[in-house]
Amino acid sequence: MKPTYSLFFKDAKPEQLESLGGKGKSLASMSQADLPVPQGFCVTTDAFVAFIQDLMTAKGLFASLAKLDTKNMGSLDKLSGEIRSQILNKTIAADIQEDILASYRSLCEMYGKEGDLPVAVRSSATAEDLPDASFAGQQDTYLWVVGEDEVLSHIKMCWASLYTSRAIAYRKDHNIPEEDIHMSVVVQKMVNARVAGVTMTLNPTNGDRTKIAIEASYGLGESVVSGTVTPDNYLMDKVIFELVESSIQDKKIALIPDPANKRVIEIEVDPVKATEACLTRDELIFISKIAKRIEKHYGCPQDIEWALDADAEGEEAFTLLQSRPETVWSNKKTETKKHYMSGMQGLVGSLINPLSAKK
Amino acid sequence: MTDKKKKFISPYEHTAPKGSEGWKELYPYFLVFQEQLKEQEEDKFFFCDSQHWPNVFKPFDAMTVEFAVKCLSQYNSRHYVIPPANGVDFKIHNGYCYMSPVAVSPELIEGRVPEFMERAGYYFQNWNELLENWHKKVKRVIDDMESIHFEPLPDRVDIQAIKGGVGLDPTFQMINDYNKLISLCYETWQYHFEFLNLGYAAYLDFFGFCKEVFPGIPDLSVAKMVQGIDVDLFRPDDELKKLAKLAISFGLEKCFEKKDVNEALHCIALEENGGQWLQAWEKAKHPWFNYTSGNGFYSSDKYWIEHLDIPYGYLKNYVEKLQRGEVIDRPTEALEAERDRITTEYAESLDDEARAIFEGKLGLARVVFPYVENHNFYIEHWAMGVFWRKTRELSRMLKEQGFWQQESDMYYFRREEILQVLFDYGNSWAVGVPAVGPAVLQEEISRRKKIVDALATAPPQPAFNNPPKVVTEPFTIMLWGITTEAVESWLGGDEKSSHMKGMAASPGLVEGYARIINDASELDQLKQGEILVTRVTAPSWAPVFNKIVATVTDIGGMMSHAAIVCREYGLPAVTGTGSASTQIKTGMKIRVDGGKGTVEILEELVEA
Repeated sequence: MKPTYSLFFKDAKPEQLESLGGKGKSLASMSQADLPVPQGFCVTTDAFVAFIQDLMTAKGLFASLAKLDTKNMGSLDKLSGEIRSQILNKTIAADIQEDILASYRSLCEMYGKEGDLPVAVRSSATAEDLPDASFAGQQDTYLWVVGEDEVLSHIKMCWASLYTSRAIAYRKDHNIPEEDIHMSVVVQKMVNARVAGVTMTLNPTNGDRTKIAIEASYGLGESVVSGTVTPDNYLMDKVIFELVESSIQDKKIALIPDPANKRVIEIEVDPVKATEACLTRDELIFISKIAKRIEKHYGCPQDIEWALDADAEGEEAFTLLQSRPETVWSNKKTETKKHYMSGMQGLVGSLINPLSAKK
Repeated sequence: MTDKKKKFISPYEHTAPKGSEGWKELYPYFLVFQEQLKEQEEDKFFFCDSQHWPNVFKPFDAMTVEFAVKCLSQYNSRHYVIPPANGVDFKIHNGYCYMSPVAVSPELIEGRVPEFMERAGYYFQNWNELLENWHKKVKRVIDDMESIHFEPLPDRVDIQAIKGGVGLDPTFQMINDYNKLISLCYETWQYHFEFLNLGYAAYLDFFGFCKEVFPGIPDLSVAKMVQGIDVDLFRPDDELKKLAKLAISFGLEKCFEKKDVNEALHCIALEENGGQWLQAWEKAKHPWFNYTSGNGFYSSDKYWIEHLDIPYGYLKNYVEKLQRGEVIDRPTEALEAERDRITTEYAESLDDEARAIFEGKLGLARVVFPYVENHNFYIEHWAMGVFWRKTRELSRMLKEQGFWQQESDMYYFRREEILQVLFDYGNSWAVGVPAVGPAVLQEEISRRKKIVDALATAPPQPAFNNPPKVVTEPFTIMLWGITTEAVESWLGGDEKSSHMKGMAASPGLVEGYARIINDASELDQLKQGEILVTRVTAPSWAPVFNKIVATVTDIGGMMSHAAIVCREYGLPAVTGTGSASTQIKTGMKIRVDGGKGTVEILEELVEA
């Protein structure tokens, strides 16, 4: 049977997860838990193995690697350079290429684009091969990659990143056979953030877990995270999804992507728009609902980075960028706990204490 | 905030409309602002209770506020000794009623606690048995009222009374019966508050706890956790739905094409299963048609059982809906599931200790809360329905004796004045001369009618005198929705605005066309899909909730009738807006956000 060279996150079956590498596997599991990560696919380890085996065998490179003395920096660098240039220059076999491009075309279609959807291309190594992230080529992330040819060449750039001098030396030193190494590449839709922000699945001011705190501003989330803009602040009830409090700020600037130059630029927000709430009530509700789902998935309060993608509408626009466990309140146990009165004592207390003071 | 040191005008400066001169004589002396007490009265803050009494009182009807608020007060002050709250002072001014909650001096509150604990504690611990007894007492009062009949005096004292050596005449019985009827009405109001204040207290306790452990929790969440699903108050409407389904299953649809209830019933009687359907209809009537389209506080309230055209209209609408394949049932299962979900999620966020307390308080609130929702049927609808029916019987009899020309004329007299009329009637019967009343009363009735009509030309003031800095009295907040913010918004509420703020009483966002309803008699103007905008709704308007898409009221809190009914029917509601019914006009397009408690006028009317 023909191996699967390309797999959408949402389509990977349990037995296929290993072929997606660490990052791919995590994206697949989030995607399949209906967590709204940006859509995308993995070029599987099978594709890598087929491509590399072909290349290495044809050029006798496995033999050269076997003979290599890693102490000799000159020859290490030379071989590393040769392998990487061979990878970049070799055409990917037709059957593999077909699979990858079919996936890319589907991804384009999902967002109504004709073959020009900007994507991020990232290497997704398997942990056993590369226990240390710095060797993993995890830094190999290419943003705003557009078009079929570009996608293919950036995949090869990810593959090639496995053959830096350091990576080769590391494997040699740890007796990891070259024939066994695997790598997957993640191809994921670039988020074109119209609004972005951070959401906590509790009230950060008092630890109340029945609230969801949302901070948001226009453009990419970096401005919220880095604090260059005072974001709008909303407090939602987590149970009935009603807006409890909000404070709308003057969000004068926004960071937006400049795909042509593959960078981020700062723009001034229209003054009227700047002082309006950047999220609608419906958006607040679905952001809260999704945040609640993410919290449930991970089983503890979360601190979530997200964006609303300008290329999608309604709830579909919500994109999960990162979710980490909330640490401040989750680790605080009972130190500041109040004592509540029950029964008639409690009832008397409630009657005597002005109710309006509690509002 | 508009803290320009504003205060409301004094009732002593609030002049009555032209043509209403002499209005104070229509009401008991102690219920009007007396000149001699100006200084004392101007020291109190009064707010208008147009939630319960939206219309100008006819003299007889003022009894309802007198009994109700006096009984509410006695349970706070004398029965249970609610630590921070005494009664509610009340006055009638220019025909409308105004309330002033009486707080307990702070230094006395603590001393009241042990008594409250003992007294209220006893009721909470024995709630179900005591409530069972309450049902018996109320049923007995109703039966006693039903047993009273007012008939014209006979030509002769019955021969049996002679032979039995009774030694009393029928006027003696008639006067006794009148006194008894008034006394039974008074008794009804005693029972009304026997459980209500405690019900609110337990609710407030849970409410306060939720506000503390879930800071900022929407009021609506608290209401939803406590709210009952199967409430007797909705039984009359549910009975109509059952009858509608039965009519369809018996194939009686064509009879419901008739406009007139009697024609329809006649048509049904001739059908094959008609007899069986009519049996079900009769069964539903007792007691569930003792149901008013008003709120039970006015002699002009129309009760279904005496106006079968009202339930028939709703029934006809249900039959038509069923024929179109629409669902008419309340989503009770969904409401129950939602209630459970909400409760579980809040509870789960608490640690074990707090959760145990949460559950204790919620448990008590749920035990007591059904009374808060249900008493309305037994008191305002059933008992008061019988009371008003009996008073009408009396008025009709006296009308036939020539004392006045219309059945409603009797209500232009205060209740103690009726005793004089009865004596006049009995006296003339005994002496053998014409009664004086028929010659002189009609003129007085006309004079009083003019006064009442003149008073009705001016709307009530929202409040009088100096508002308190913070509204803290728990029942005032609960029952009337009078909060510090509400009072502030009344003070600043002169300027017209297309945005109105009220209580987020039932969630949901809807846009649609408004219809202003000033009185229950206008309810039939409501068209499918409109938004009901009114000063205040009565629970008996329930059947129209199948027609409308949202409700906006001027008056009322989270627990107001409109709020409860809307949540039950899953419709958005904003209550306590203060002035929506005058700012919005029929036909305007408005947006109602029941989750935020806002109402917005989207399209003004185009002037023709």
